[in-house]
Amino acid sequence: MEPATKLDYNHQLSLKELPYIIRWRDDRCTRCGRCTAVCPVKAIEPSVKLQRTVTSEGHIPTPLAVRRIVHVIEQVTDIDRYCTGCGACTLVCPNDAIEPEYNPQNKFLLYKNKGGEGYKRGGRRNDPSISTLDRLKFTRISMLTDPALDAGRHEFRVRTLLGRILPPEELPLISVNGKLSVDKDKGKFIPPVREIFPIMIGSMSVGALSPPMWEGLAMGVAYLNEVEGLPVVMATGEGGVPPRLLKSRFLKYFILQIASGYFGWDEIIHTIPEMVEDPAAIEIKYGQGAKPGDGGLLMAQKVLKLIASIRGVPQFVDLASPPTHQTKYSIEEAVAKMIQSMSMAWGFRVPVYPKISGTKTARAVLNNLARNPYASALSIDGEDGGTGAAYNVSMDKMGHPIASNIRECYLDLVKQGKQNELPLIAAGGIAKKGNLAANAAALIMLGASIVSVGKYIMQATANCFGDEYNRCNLCNTGKCPRGITTQDPKLYRRLDSDKVAERVVEVFKAANVELKKIFAPMGRSTELPIGMSDGLSVDDKAMAERLEISYAC
Amino acid sequence: MCRLAAITSKEYFSPIENILALETMKEGHDGSGLGITLKDLGGEFKDLKGYPILSGICSKEGAKILDDYMDKSGFKLIHVWTPKIRHVKGIISHDHYFARVYDYPSSIKHNHLHEKEDLLVNVRLTLRKMGESNQSIFAFSFYPDVITLKEVGDPLQLAEFFGLDRENLKAKIIFAQGRQNTNYAIYLYACHPFFIQGYCSMTNGENTAFVPIREFLMSRGFPGYIGYNSDSEVFTHILHYTVRQLRLPLTYYKDIITPLKENEIETRTDSDVLRLIKQSLRPLCIDGPNVVIGFTPDGTCFMVHDAKKLRPGVVGGIKGKYALMSEECGLDSAIPKRDKSKDIFPMKYDMVIVGPQAEEVRVWNQLQN
Ligand code: SF4
Ligand code: SF4
Repeated sequence: MEPATKLDYNHQLSLKELPYIIRWRDDRCTRCGRCTAVCPVKAIEPSVKLQRTVTSEGHIPTPLAVRRIVHVIEQVTDIDRYCTGCGACTLVCPNDAIEPEYNPQNKFLLYKNKGGEGYKRGGRRNDPSISTLDRLKFTRISMLTDPALDAGRHEFRVRTLLGRILPPEELPLISVNGKLSVDKDKGKFIPPVREIFPIMIGSMSVGALSPPMWEGLAMGVAYLNEVEGLPVVMATGEGGVPPRLLKSRFLKYFILQIASGYFGWDEIIHTIPEMVEDPAAIEIKYGQGAKPGDGGLLMAQKVLKLIASIRGVPQFVDLASPPTHQTKYSIEEAVAKMIQSMSMAWGFRVPVYPKISGTKTARAVLNNLARNPYASALSIDGEDGGTGAAYNVSMDKMGHPIASNIRECYLDLVKQGKQNELPLIAAGGIAKKGNLAANAAALIMLGASIVSVGKYIMQATANCFGDEYNRCNLCNTGKCPRGITTQDPKLYRRLDSDKVAERVVEVFKAANVELKKIFAPMGRSTELPIGMSDGLSVDDKAMAERLEISYAC
Repeated sequence: MCRLAAITSKEYFSPIENILALETMKEGHDGSGLGITLKDLGGEFKDLKGYPILSGICSKEGAKILDDYMDKSGFKLIHVWTPKIRHVKGIISHDHYFARVYDYPSSIKHNHLHEKEDLLVNVRLTLRKMGESNQSIFAFSFYPDVITLKEVGDPLQLAEFFGLDRENLKAKIIFAQGRQNTNYAIYLYACHPFFIQGYCSMTNGENTAFVPIREFLMSRGFPGYIGYNSDSEVFTHILHYTVRQLRLPLTYYKDIITPLKENEIETRTDSDVLRLIKQSLRPLCIDGPNVVIGFTPDGTCFMVHDAKKLRPGVVGGIKGKYALMSEECGLDSAIPKRDKSKDIFPMKYDMVIVGPQAEEVRVWNQLQN
């Protein structure tokens, strides 16, 4: 009979119920302790055990019970310290003695949703399924009647336009002796337009990312623009911008985001007189694809001194941006007013556009914007995007995939003849399986002018732990073991911002080459093939019909 | 690859000259169709300049429907031309080929040409629609002083079929395309040249940007931008859109379909215009291998290439007669007595413009100011 203390009180978990089970090999482990030191959640601990073994030496069996003190690595069964499967321990172990193993029979959600609060986690769901974007193939290959272009030799213009474009019928032109000039007397408002690389870095805020991470991205972007000649822009996310950047000439590579928390906007507005450059654009955030209907949330754990000062708030409080801008109540009013006042703040020299979650109602927003001459784009964020903290249920079950959403919006613009006037920015789930250029090209051919990528860039450039199935997703807790999404100096010291910047440059240079490799065989080189839907096929009839592209199997 | 033969002259000449030029360029070409557009007509049409001519093909039933419709619309038939068909093996003859000259309905007779043009296009489109499902009516053009002929078959045989060598059919500008069918089932409406309200063009090559261009044109709200049985039809419509609808000078056609790069734009005095045009007309930029030969209502002919110059094209001739051909042997056939050293092979930035009455040739370069 076991002693009573070992009885189950009906609240303990066994290892078999946790999402990851640590496989530790006694025979290989030298007890160096590195694994337990790096575990971001303290899911494993060194432990001392008393072991009783029976041995026998000599010719005749003479069993002898020996009690020994042994040192082991033990996984805790406390659900608050569950192993996240990040693999940090495996990475540091010199002897391959430890690794987490996914346990599909876990009872995680049952135990994690406590006190009537659903569990929040960082990062998007670990979804192993293949997205629509990855199923699209480029099937219109130039052959003989239309010679294929050479991606290496021909000149390519992989550029796009961000900003409202006047319809040709409205251009204020006058013709004198076969030569045109711009009719300045007409006083026609010509909206600001930027020429940029078609893939931009989506909004990830200072605060969500650690200082070296954000800086690394920013440095990479500046290098791409100034040395590589690739005009990549980056959205800042809500949460303020380092004042140094606001006053620098690099500001022109950044899209400042304003969301309902208005974090950092005091600072931004006050710095306008000192700005030597205009920002690339202003993004007004109304929704995020990963958690539509939820606002933004920077959890208290991440609001350390630096963040508190940039955002102008006290330390260690949850920083929520409500799902709507509370002072506004309708799309007509909210969007129009904000767009107008933001445009005005920069003398109508900066494109201003809203960002919404992918949703069935996106077309309503779009049509409203199409009639607003100051709206310079619409960014639609599909369900697969997002890095911030969110309820599991929002992240896993809410939202609209981007492919069909962008397609129907584009076709709606085509019907109105405005497909070139209001650029669509597509985001959410691009490069989920690593195919950055292919996913981006597919979205462009479905009708997007620009593609915005956040999470993939973060994961690729900072080498975020794990793969799509085994990511630690501690991004919201301030315990990111890589130092990517934490404000804790002990952790973010692990991240080298120069290395991040280098990878940003590599990722975009590679994407540039790959885009050319896709466009060249389709005979396109001088203009982005926006809406070139005859280039695409999919191996599913229903999808083909929905996207109005061809079916190929 | 299609073969293109355009001739513009001070004197009236016969389309057989174009056909012979096509024939010399024939090599490797399956001759799956022929299209001819004549402008500034001579012969029996010489004195009918102000009246619109409906060109097309119809079946017996189609003829009745057509007559009824034209009657009802108030158009009065004043002259009919039909070729005397000489049956040739391999060419399946339609019932009626015609060019019918009408007088405008009295209600519109004294209106401005612009309004008349819109009526003409609508009539042509209505007829096209009425006859499209059962192929009983094909209406290719309906415009003063322009005739269009199209049929499936080898160009030389078709010339014999239509009796072009003996017919009294003459004009000052004649465009002909020997079609090689690659993409689509052979279809009459897919034969070049394409014509709309005085603007005409024919093209050699594939237009890889076809779908976005088509979408853009169709969304412009102009009823004539339909059809597109060939991806080349959009070139005619871009021309029409640029010059007639947007009222831009002809040379900007080149700036629209093959826009300059930013550093090149800077060198032009009209750089701010070019920037705006490049942005606003971004979907009309072509990327495929194309040479475009076209004419505008005033009788100006031109040739332009895509930005990589992936298809051949040559312009040459003597004062009073110039030819714009896809290959030099075609030029030799059309105007043998010319100074060959003056032949122009337009490069990627060039637009070769031959003035009305073939008076002069000008090479306009996109980089020039
Ligand atoms: S996999 Fe990560 S969370 Fe799990 S024990 Fe190892 S270090 Fe800790
Ligand atoms: S960013 Fe950090 S916390 Fe988030 S998944 Fe990657 S390694 Fe884990």
